[in-house]
This record gives sequence, C-alpha cells and structure tokens, in this order.
Amino acid sequence: MRTYVTRAPQDTPGSWKTYLGLSAIMLFSAFPVYWMFVIATSADEAVTRMPPSVIPGNQLLTNLNEVFTLQDVYFTASLINSVITATTITVATLFFCSLAGFAFAKLRFKGRNALMIVVILTLTVPNQLGVVALYIVMGKLQWNGTLLAVIAPGLVSAFGVFYMRQFIAHAVPDELVESARIDGALTMRVYWNIVLPAIRPALAVLGLLTFVMAWNDFQWPLITLNGTDFPTSMVALSDLASGNYVIYRRVLAGAFVATVPLIVLLLIGGRQLVRGIMEGAVKS
Amino acid sequence: MSLTQLRPAPPHDPSPPKSPGRIKLWLYRFDTKSVPYALIAPFFILFGVFGLFPIVFNGVVALRNWRLDDPTLTGWAGFENFTKLAQDEDFWNALGNTFGIFLLSTIPQLLLALLVASILNRKLRAMTWWRIGVLLPYLTPVVASTLVFAVFFSRDYGMANWFLGLVGFGQETPLDWRAAKWSSWLAIATMVNWKWIGYNALLYLSAMQTIPKDVYEAAAVDGAGPWRQLWRITVPMIQPVVVFTVILSTIGGLQLFNEPMMFDENPQSASGGSDHQFQTIAQLIYKVGWKDLNLGYAAAMSWALFLIILIVAGVNALLTKRIGGDR
Repeated sequence: MRTYVTRAPQDTPGSWKTYLGLSAIMLFSAFPVYWMFVIATSADEAVTRMPPSVIPGNQLLTNLNEVFTLQDVYFTASLINSVITATTITVATLFFCSLAGFAFAKLRFKGRNALMIVVILTLTVPNQLGVVALYIVMGKLQWNGTLLAVIAPGLVSAFGVFYMRQFIAHAVPDELVESARIDGALTMRVYWNIVLPAIRPALAVLGLLTFVMAWNDFQWPLITLNGTDFPTSMVALSDLASGNYVIYRRVLAGAFVATVPLIVLLLIGGRQLVRGIMEGAVKS
Repeated sequence: MSLTQLRPAPPHDPSPPKSPGRIKLWLYRFDTKSVPYALIAPFFILFGVFGLFPIVFNGVVALRNWRLDDPTLTGWAGFENFTKLAQDEDFWNALGNTFGIFLLSTIPQLLLALLVASILNRKLRAMTWWRIGVLLPYLTPVVASTLVFAVFFSRDYGMANWFLGLVGFGQETPLDWRAAKWSSWLAIATMVNWKWIGYNALLYLSAMQTIPKDVYEAAAVDGAGPWRQLWRITVPMIQPVVVFTVILSTIGGLQLFNEPMMFDENPQSASGGSDHQFQTIAQLIYKVGWKDLNLGYAAAMSWALFLIILIVAGVNALLTKRIGGDR
C-alpha cells in the first residue's frame, strides 16, 4: 500500500521529476526567443537547415546593419518613437493613477464610492472595440499619424487606479496621513512626502506592466501610424515582414532588437513583476 | 462651478489648525473640498475622452454612412450596416475562425497553466527564477514572437514539419500550415498558448498558495494522491481565479488580432490567408475600416463583437462556476 506525504504541496520539496518538468517548461518558454536570436545572428541558409540550427552564427552585425539602413522601414526612428511613447505613457500612468488611487484610498469626498465603482466597471470595457471612433476623434484633433495619437489613449488606465487604490489603502496608515494633516500639511504634500515613498514597490510593478503593454501595442499604432515616416517599432516590424520577398534573418534580427529591451526589463524587474502579478490575482 | 457650496463638511474631518488666518482657512477648505476632485480629474477626463467616449460614439458611427474615401457620402444609415452584417459571408467566416482559434487556444492554455502551476507549487531551489522564466513569453512582443512562429510553421523547411517527420508523421508533400482552416487555427492557437500559459500559471499558483494547508493533510490521511488532490481540492478551491482567467481569456481571445495579422504571408493585407481561412473579426474590422475605408460598417462590426464578447464571457463564467462548484 502506498502512503502519501501529509504536507501541503508548497512545502513538499521538488523531486527530480519536478525539475525535469520545470526544465521542459523553460525550454518551451525560451526556445522561440532563443531561436530568434540564432537566426538573427546567422546567414540566409540557417533558416532552411535541417535539423534546425541551434548555435548562433556570426552575422549579427551584418543583419543589424541591413535592418537599420533599410529604406521605408525607418527602424532607427521607430525604436526612438517606441522609447518615447512607452516612457511617456508609463510616467503619466504612474503619476495620474497614483494620484487618483491616493484620493480614492485616503481622502474623503462626496461621491467617492460611486466614482470608484465607475472605475471598476470601466476595467471590463474592451478598449479595442472603440478604435473606429477613436480614429475619428484623433482625426478631428488632427493627431492621426503623430505620436500624440498613440500616447494620449495610454496616459491613464482604470487598472492602474484600481491597483494603486488597493495598494495605498494597505500600505499607508491612516494615522500617518491624519497626523500630517494636523501638522498643517496640504494634500499634495502628504502625497509627495508620505504616499510616494510608501508605494515604491507598487510603482515598480505598475510601471513594468504599463511599459511592456505600451511597447508591445500593435493594433492602434498600426491604424494611426501606418504609412507615415514615424512608426513605432512594432509597426516597423510589420513593414519589415511585408512585401513580396521576405528575408527571415533580417526580419528576425529586427524582431530581436525590438525584444531586447523587454528581456533586460525582465532580468532587472522580474522579481517585482512576478510578485505584482501574483498579488494582483489574490486581491481581485 | 463651486464645489464648496454643494458639499457639507464630511463627519470625520481632521480638525483645522488652531487660530488660522483668513487665507489659511480658505486654503484649508480648498485643500479638503476641491483637491480630491483635482486628483481624480485627470483619470476621468483622459479616460472619458479617449476610452469611454469612443466606445459610445462607435454606436453613432455604426448607424451612419461614414466612408474615408468619400466624405460627401454621409447621413444616417439606420440599421443598414447591421442588416448588411447579417448577410456578410466574410463576417460569419471570421466569426467561425475567431471561435475556432479561441477554443483551440483557451482550453489547452488554461489546463496547461494549471499543470505548470502545480509543478511550480513545490518547495523549489531558485524558486523566483523559475517563475521569472515562465513570464518570458508574456513579455515578448507578439509581433516579434509571431514572426518566429511564422518560420516554424512554414511549408518548406519549417521546424514544425521537420518535427512531424521526426516522430513519424511526415508526409509526401510537406504540410502547408497556412493553407487549411484546421492547420492555420492550430498554428495560431499554439502562439496564443505559448504567450499566456505562464502568466495564467502564476495567477493559479498565487491562488494555490492561499489554500489552507490542513486541507491537504486531511486529504492525504484519506489517501488522496497528488493527482486526486489537484482535481478534488486545488481546482475547486482556486475556482474564483479560474473564473477570472476564463473571463480574461474570453475577452482577449475574441479580439485576437496580432497573431493572425503577423502569421499572414503579407501581414499588412489583413486578409487572414489566401481564402480568409484564419481571418478573425478584429482583423476584418481593421480591413473593412482601413483597407475598404468603410468606417461606418467597421463600427457596426465592433458593436456586434462587443455583444458577442459580453454574451460569451457571461456564459463561460457561468459554466466555469457550475463545473467548479459541483462537488
């Protein structure tokens, strides 16, 4: 008769089977990205080699040079544009959402609960379905084809306000806010001196999530920027992959360049990101 | 607009500083009455203008003639766009494709995420690094990863066909993954699964770790093995998160755009294959709006998709609750 361990799974040490499974999962996760790198560093025939080549070549500079000098793709400009849009969106989201989250968590004002319910309801609205009208709105503002059209819809997010409210409600003690008020500190001073230092971890998580989303966004930038001289890197990639004659080592070299910033972010902020995603799941 | 007149003092106001001057008192009142609204105003204004208004305005556009190539052709169209939709073969085809890819991606995705989560739910060495590892696909731009998968699933020299040959399913003529509905759906579903399994696994993992430990001890005493524990204890106890992920992947899956776009031989055509065999609704909306330049019709399609998402998300949430709660 078999006996079973009486421990909860998370207290049971992983067996060799667990680590084998984990290694398989890692291979599955990382292989496409790794192979992107292999082809990006190789000459033409690497793509067609059977069995597939898994060792990086020495053609990275040649391929990159081709990507960056290609006419009508504007790859260099597109990277700069992506940095500008993603950074602006991230900074604005952190600022506006932490302000609103602070107000909802710690300030008293009429209509607070009703307005918070509005925020929660808007969480579920699929924004993508408004793109037709958004395009018309941007047309009236004459922003289509400019980075403003890409940045403006990303400046705030309902999720950000919700996330910040939850975090601030737990992380900032009411007594601290009240005693600062009694000392005569104005609201903005409380925000700056008490709230901001206390919510650094939450800012890191929301910042990472926002940056990743803004960097990877494709549909709306494609709609508003396609055919202009200032695409974002995702739009430029789709340009690179279009046309009658597609050179894979070049396309994947471009794809790799557009992926590198996110890999760096994952290495730096992966810990925070994992924690943020897991905490968000329990709270919602 | 004077907010001060509309609002009586809230009951728990901290007491104002002692013997304030007139200006100080005014400043204090302003700070407690108006500043909160100033703090939330940027969100509501920006979200209202660029988030909410477009969705509502979409309803208006859907009822009008609105063409980009012929601005003179305006005016109310009534329900013309919607009746056209009902008879549009492209729309029904795209709806079928969207659902096909959705089923092929969501069900394996959530089951595999459960499996990955239960593997991660052990006492592990370098625990955080395994968790970071499963997040890599979530961070990788879909546009970039789909380009890799497009090479994997290419007819000649594709790794997928090479692998099929390796395990004994090789064919005389190599499989053209893009050509048929089932194979192109499978390829696209693979990309969606790749991206989302790890993310969902982390959501499940975090819920799994909140399950009280004595439940497992009791189950082990009763002789339930790991597999039975997973299905009989873990899954029912993380049911709220499962419902949450089902709703999330319904909303995301039915709006699928990036993968089918970039999988196409010619990404920017938005045609979803030579015979629209993998064109999704989101793709069709893009094509109708910005290739056929018929914004009114594209808006009507968006509204139809919105309704479909609402219905399917609701049904799925109910189904998941039923399955999980039925013990």
